[in-house]
Amino acid sequence: MRKLLFESLIKPVLTETQPDPDLAMCAELATALGQSARQRLGRSLAIREIDAGSCNGCELEIHALNNAFYDIERFGLRFVASPRHADVLLVTGPVTRNMREALERTYNATPAPKWVVAVGDCAADGGCFAGSYAVVGGVAAVVPVDLHIGGCPPSPETLLKGLLALIQDAAHGSASSP
Amino acid sequence: MPSLIEALAGAAPSNGHYPWPRRVVDERTWSVLVGQLGEGRWTLAGLWGDAGAVHMALLDTGRGELAVATLACPDGRFPSIARHHAPAHRLERTISELFGLEPVGDPDDRRWLDHGRWGVRHPLGACSEADGEGASYAFLAAEGEGLHQIAVGPVHAGTIEPGHFRFTANGETVVRLEERLGYAHKGVESLMAGASLERAAHLAARTSGDSTVAYSIAYSRAVEAALGIEVPERAHWLRALMAEFERIANHLGDFGAVCNDAAFALMHAHTAVLRERVLRLSKSCFGHRLMMDKIMPGGVAVDLDGSGAEDIRSLLATIRETFPQLIDLYDETASLQDRTVGTGTLTHALAHQYGCGGYIGRASGRSFDTRRDFAYPPYDSLRFDVPLFQDGDVNARVWVRIREVEQSLGLIDQILSGMPPGEISVAPRPTGKISEGVSLVEGFRGDILCWLRLDSGGAVARCHLRDPSWFQWPLLEAVIEGNIVADFPLCNKSFNCSYSGHDL
Repeated sequence: MRKLLFESLIKPVLTETQPDPDLAMCAELATALGQSARQRLGRSLAIREIDAGSCNGCELEIHALNNAFYDIERFGLRFVASPRHADVLLVTGPVTRNMREALERTYNATPAPKWVVAVGDCAADGGCFAGSYAVVGGVAAVVPVDLHIGGCPPSPETLLKGLLALIQDAAHGSASSP
Repeated sequence: MPSLIEALAGAAPSNGHYPWPRRVVDERTWSVLVGQLGEGRWTLAGLWGDAGAVHMALLDTGRGELAVATLACPDGRFPSIARHHAPAHRLERTISELFGLEPVGDPDDRRWLDHGRWGVRHPLGACSEADGEGASYAFLAAEGEGLHQIAVGPVHAGTIEPGHFRFTANGETVVRLEERLGYAHKGVESLMAGASLERAAHLAARTSGDSTVAYSIAYSRAVEAALGIEVPERAHWLRALMAEFERIANHLGDFGAVCNDAAFALMHAHTAVLRERVLRLSKSCFGHRLMMDKIMPGGVAVDLDGSGAEDIRSLLATIRETFPQLIDLYDETASLQDRTVGTGTLTHALAHQYGCGGYIGRASGRSFDTRRDFAYPPYDSLRFDVPLFQDGDVNARVWVRIREVEQSLGLIDQILSGMPPGEISVAPRPTGKISEGVSLVEGFRGDILCWLRLDSGGAVARCHLRDPSWFQWPLLEAVIEGNIVADFPLCNKSFNCSYSGHDL
């Protein structure tokens, strides 16, 4: 183990430079959120992930945000175990009818101010599962959504761009509002 | 002793069923087969409903035979299989709630995937409206002084899929665990009915996102069997290349994640880097990090070019250089082994009874791998071992995964050097008649069964996808008994069953 740890000290760092936040997402956020909410949340956000019925593809890519290449914690973004500790709910999947109540209860357990980010094409409108007897639809059909990050699944880089848009300072957010 | 197909004395259906036979049997033959299942003669590979009938896929693993038995249920009932063969339990409950066919004598009449929230009952059978308010669920009891319950899920502390676990514990020791699944039920089979081949391929690829390649192969092979399509040789090899990529990526990720659940984050950090490299290479070679929608009926969507092959060889070299250090790290860290050795032991008898596939079965001495025992191209011309361990604990499951990564590296070598040139796909054409196909494919988690019926226009009339987790989830309940609550994450992660693939 010592050899491995020592090598980590001398090997070049894997972590990549920060991608620019997605401007379209910044604009969506600026219209969705008041400046005061942004100031109150600050630049450090606690994220609670909720799988509302996804195929697990989005979860795999959300996991990847923690690896050495993306290292999401360097931006002050971290995943927490309880909605009671969270500022952001990261919701994946078409919301299944069997998960609807669990999603509502998790949302209600999260203290305000809070943001909801819908991750993946299914979370936007149910994706390829829309129209099923077992699916309610996108996340917005159950809880208010502040930001959509599309993709099937979105790559870690796309996810990072969206999440960085969240922690852009309020001035940037209001500047890009229409 | 009669072979499986001899035991299935019955009429062949009027339409074709390929490549393995299907027989419509009477109730007496059905009962004999179920009795033999209970005695361990056959392995249950699937049990699913249809309009007015139930189908049961059986394996004779010794002879490498698969056959499907069908029992017509004109009065909406069929004799319970679970009564004689416990692995059929949840499958039977699912048939009952999706199709409204009643398993007579089933010891458990609680609903499984249907939580009473769909607003309909029997969505694939005689569909009727229901209130959708949600039904209560009676968990099985455990009684005694000092017992307490711990309810976990469906929203978990980690970034994982939704499911509910109800523990009954005596102090730290788990007395009983009962799972409640179905939260991720999306009605995939109802969406499949009437779908075009392309749309159904899209759905099959999203049945369980971590196994998207394996599901796409299973679905495509079933379609190709039904339509009698000969896939170009090169397409088989490209499929196998993607499948081994998927296996390595998942094994690497889970190897680290198991260690992480014992608070050994160092391993997780290193395996996550390797996993990311595999995903990035998948993206550069095939155009998608998880290789979704790159395999479809008739072949594959993307070819591998020369520079892609070079990049793959280079990554293989990187993994071969790094991975042994990580194996040593695992093997030499006593505090980590203290958590994995002897934890969550699955007996050989249970693994065998449940026909438990993948690394879970192989860690408990069940030597079964579809790539070898029901070989499909190109695996029938490749050399590889099926790693086998006997201890059945978390440690054994980790070791199977480690050894399988090594085998997959060797397979990729052979695929790169042996891949024939030529076309990569042919267009599937409808045959103008109803046809049926079945396939069995080895995903990273175990064997995936796909059965489907195509209508005369070439659209999907009925498609059933059976995830390996159906025969693994129940065993997780068994292995946790007598372990401490804190070891559940280790047991769960070392199983890594699919929620979405199971819930469909």
